[in-house]
Amino acid sequence: MDDSRLLMARLANVTKAFDLRHTRSIKEYVVWLATGRKGDFSETFNALDDVSFDIHQGESVALLGFNGSGKSTTLKLVSGVLLPDEGSVQVRGRVAGLIEVGAGMHPDLTGRENVYLNAAILGLDEAEVDDRFDSIVEFSGIEKFIDTEVKFYSSGMYMRLAFSIAVHSNPDLFLVDEVLAVGDEPFQRKCIDKMLELRASGQTLMVVSHDLDLIKTVCERGIVLRNGQLLLDADINEAVDYLRALDG
Amino acid sequence: MQSSVLADQPLRAPGHSAGLLELFRWWFLLRLLVKKELRIRYRGSVLGMVWSYVKPAVQLGVYYVAMGHFLGLGRSIPGYVVYLFAGMVMISFFNEIMLNTTRSIIFNAPLVGKIYMPRELFPVSSLWVAFVHVVPQIVVLVVGALLMGWRPGLLNILAAIAALVLVGIFALGLGLMFAAFNVYFRDAENLVELLMMVAIWVSPVFYQWSMVASSVPGWVFGAYLANPLAMSVELAHFAFWVPLEGVVAPGTSQASLMPGGIGMLLGIAVVIGVALLLCGQLVFHRLEGKFAQEL
Repeated sequence: MDDSRLLMARLANVTKAFDLRHTRSIKEYVVWLATGRKGDFSETFNALDDVSFDIHQGESVALLGFNGSGKSTTLKLVSGVLLPDEGSVQVRGRVAGLIEVGAGMHPDLTGRENVYLNAAILGLDEAEVDDRFDSIVEFSGIEKFIDTEVKFYSSGMYMRLAFSIAVHSNPDLFLVDEVLAVGDEPFQRKCIDKMLELRASGQTLMVVSHDLDLIKTVCERGIVLRNGQLLLDADINEAVDYLRALDG
Repeated sequence: MQSSVLADQPLRAPGHSAGLLELFRWWFLLRLLVKKELRIRYRGSVLGMVWSYVKPAVQLGVYYVAMGHFLGLGRSIPGYVVYLFAGMVMISFFNEIMLNTTRSIIFNAPLVGKIYMPRELFPVSSLWVAFVHVVPQIVVLVVGALLMGWRPGLLNILAAIAALVLVGIFALGLGLMFAAFNVYFRDAENLVELLMMVAIWVSPVFYQWSMVASSVPGWVFGAYLANPLAMSVELAHFAFWVPLEGVVAPGTSQASLMPGGIGMLLGIAVVIGVALLLCGQLVFHRLEGKFAQEL
């Protein structure tokens, strides 16, 4: 792609395996050791297998694939939640995003407290949160309930607040996992507009979604994964067509 | 503008942190995590923080009657209530840190598994929460001691601070280790409960150090006092019990109530505490890479 732009993330020959462990106690582990380590204590499978790609500043990249293809694992590797078993992951600047809607939300805290807690989790300091608090609340459209405990929120309100905090956290590399599919039509529209606005302002996006039509409007580049392997890295329209052909 | 600043930042591997050293940058989040933990602990509770007074008060009452009167320890140790409570405050601080830090990663599993931040934040916020809970107990202790003629000097006050710091360092070191183990094997929690049960007996809380000294060989006694927990309890005695009216016999000094060579033993206890903290950080760091996938 456009190599003159600043490199924001680089995955080089990344392999990530997960244990499928069936036991969880020291007793069983000791028994397994004592019986001469018969069989595997845990089985593994490769969630990602030798995947490499670069992402440059200002790009909006979609990770495409069916369930279990390794999309979310890729995002978690970029965010640092997971570490690669082989190969290397490198990023530049602050990486943050919505790996899952409201992961940092606590039901017993009020909306206001959750805004502060979540924004801090996404790496903002106190002054930055104070600064952006009003626009976070305004964007979410739940001004009336901001001092209500989040457990009384509807799932839509919950989602709105979480998304609003994330888009206002303004990271250098913004990761979005399957959040565009929730929420009502007007709010979804608002989210997409916001993402397009971020894209226009030169922010770098990495998006995972199963909504292919929607993803075509937000992203310009698509990476197709299947069973942890990178099949195609191309223009978004081409990538979506390719994925649909796989489907058929 | 922004991109030029960004270009100056190097590429880095995500998911690596400098551990405890990095926490200063996360001060704001640490504070919020502590607030959250305190809020959640007392949700739907009428008495709230008062519970952290009630529990030690009941415990103190029970022990005072059983140990002080039935076993007659109160007759040989003047000011036994303060003696007992000063030690119990240290032990309950230790227990609170141990229990909370060990569970801290598991309790915050949704965060650990979804968003990256230095995971040391969770055990450290547990330490902080434990400190918030020990403060009211210290207030009660000070009030009780004042009523019994407590006249501390500077050295006594310093001993109180040193006792708290020593427990904090020691327990955080162990807590970091157990928190990491607990992600892999939930047995860690049971082990910690066992440790908590033993803690109060391997320190001179109910009895006096001289009773230990007279029944075991010298080197065993040295090892006993060099254990940071016993040392903290002894420091707490020096801070709160020794300066009471009538504890120090006329014509003798405060130091005569302390075991011989306590300065060196304190040094050893501090070294053990710091070594454990480093060790805990190391173990935690080694294991944290796989936290997200094990939870």
